[in-house]
Amino acid sequence: MITAGVDCGARTIKVLILQDGKELAKSTVLTGFDQLAAVEQAFQSALQQANLAREQLRHITATGIGRKSVAFANSEITEVSADAKAAVFLFPNVRTVIDVGAEEGRAIRCEADGRVKDFAVNEKCAAGAGTFLETMARALEIKLDEMSALSLKSQKIIPMNAQCAVFAESEVVSLIHAGIAKEDIVRAVHEAMADRIAAMARRVGIEREVALLGGVGKDPGFVAAFKRELELDVLIPPEPEYVGALGAALVAAERNVGGS
Amino acid sequence: MSEQSVQLNTKREYWRWKEYNWRDASIDWKQAQIISCGIDVGSVSSQAVVFTDGKLFAYSSLRTGSNSPTSAQKALDWALQGTDLPRERIQYIVATGYGRVNIPFAHKAITEIACHARGANFIYGPSVRTVLDMGGQDCKAIRCDERGKVTNFLMNDKCAAGTGRGMEVMADLLQVPIEEVGPASLSVNEEPPPVSSTCVVFAKSEALGLLRQGWSKERVLAAFCQAMAHRTVELLSRIGVEKEFAITGGIAKNIGIVKRLENELKIKALEPKLDPQIAGALGAALFAKALYEKQLAS
Repeated sequence: MITAGVDCGARTIKVLILQDGKELAKSTVLTGFDQLAAVEQAFQSALQQANLAREQLRHITATGIGRKSVAFANSEITEVSADAKAAVFLFPNVRTVIDVGAEEGRAIRCEADGRVKDFAVNEKCAAGAGTFLETMARALEIKLDEMSALSLKSQKIIPMNAQCAVFAESEVVSLIHAGIAKEDIVRAVHEAMADRIAAMARRVGIEREVALLGGVGKDPGFVAAFKRELELDVLIPPEPEYVGALGAALVAAERNVGGS
Repeated sequence: MSEQSVQLNTKREYWRWKEYNWRDASIDWKQAQIISCGIDVGSVSSQAVVFTDGKLFAYSSLRTGSNSPTSAQKALDWALQGTDLPRERIQYIVATGYGRVNIPFAHKAITEIACHARGANFIYGPSVRTVLDMGGQDCKAIRCDERGKVTNFLMNDKCAAGTGRGMEVMADLLQVPIEEVGPASLSVNEEPPPVSSTCVVFAKSEALGLLRQGWSKERVLAAFCQAMAHRTVELLSRIGVEKEFAITGGIAKNIGIVKRLENELKIKALEPKLDPQIAGALGAALFAKALYEKQLAS
């Protein structure tokens, strides 16, 4: 049985096509200002890669903040449920799932079957989301993907006082003016963000094992800071940004079995 | 490319507000018994206020630099510029604001909450019971008595939403000079719904989306000011608003915020008789005078 998951996120749209638990194709398109066109583009691209026609998909499930706008989906599921579903599929022993996306952070505690026990979400404040790192990279005049290497080089912990991304931007500029090395500033940024994500995770309670999902999971500098902060190892899938779409595709398969 | 064309291509800083100083030329400081001074080193702006025998003599306001003592020194120098008053003649200096503990030439540091309440009492008169200080990087709702003494307060200093810095970011994004934001936001025919994002970073993306949908800059500013006013009212209502109500800090000069606050609170804010941005430094200068008198008496 072939199904698809469409994760319509704030920054990117991810589509993943699944056949009996095996990934056939996936694609990412920037959400931009025309969300509908971006969803269609991502979907077509994944179909093409898998060499499939739309009719061959038995069930399509949408998730993500823009999931309501995926008109061709047969059903939808919240990001929280999709995350939990996919996390236990990838790592059966996971009981705590942390997802840090572009504009949202989530901490989820779940059962062995992926059912959600408790969760916390921050979608109000950029300080606990990927946007925070982007803003800081801009202030430091470096590329986002240069942050990790710099951060991992740093040997020094310097404190960051500001929580707010806007205030932190000014603080970063002052730190540059004060002659602090860029790598130490980047590390401070990672530590500050890890601290906030960990605080959110502690509110729902941390039970081992812990999985880290979402695009920020691809930043080893953040991951290192996060592990230090939690004093635990975290499991990260090779492509953490696709986990929401995977969860949706898995749910699509379940729903189709139950439905038709 | 010539140097001049490089200059012309330099991006205009829409957020940058005017720095200024003022003096009362009718006062001869040489006749004064007590000369006191208050310096408010805020996170975004710094002010210095000089009093001669309890009368406002001179003040200044400028942008805070990366170093608090230097910013305090610059603010004081600029307030004194052209007055011939040497700094040594000032008998007592009180520092306040975010950078207050770091000023070596200040005799004492007092919190900005106390100073704003005291300053508002001077600017608006003893009937003020609720002071909203909307500063560069924080926002405080203060309740006070008829002497300007703080009875209760609440503040947001964690988040740029509802602060001057948040407004600067929006002015820069929309390329509207900061002083024109208020009037521009009031020029819309109909009030749009407020922006839905709390976070200024998210509100920026939302604002760009609205512009793409064909909204005018003025309409986007109206939506942003509306959201900011609403957020501020939430802070105020947690502490309760008792009449009379006054606004201090830089945003007190933004008519777009003041009008929307008044509409939502259904209370008119008192008209300032003096620059509301100097309220903190003014309160500090008043404390300085009282402290010096106490020192003389003992």
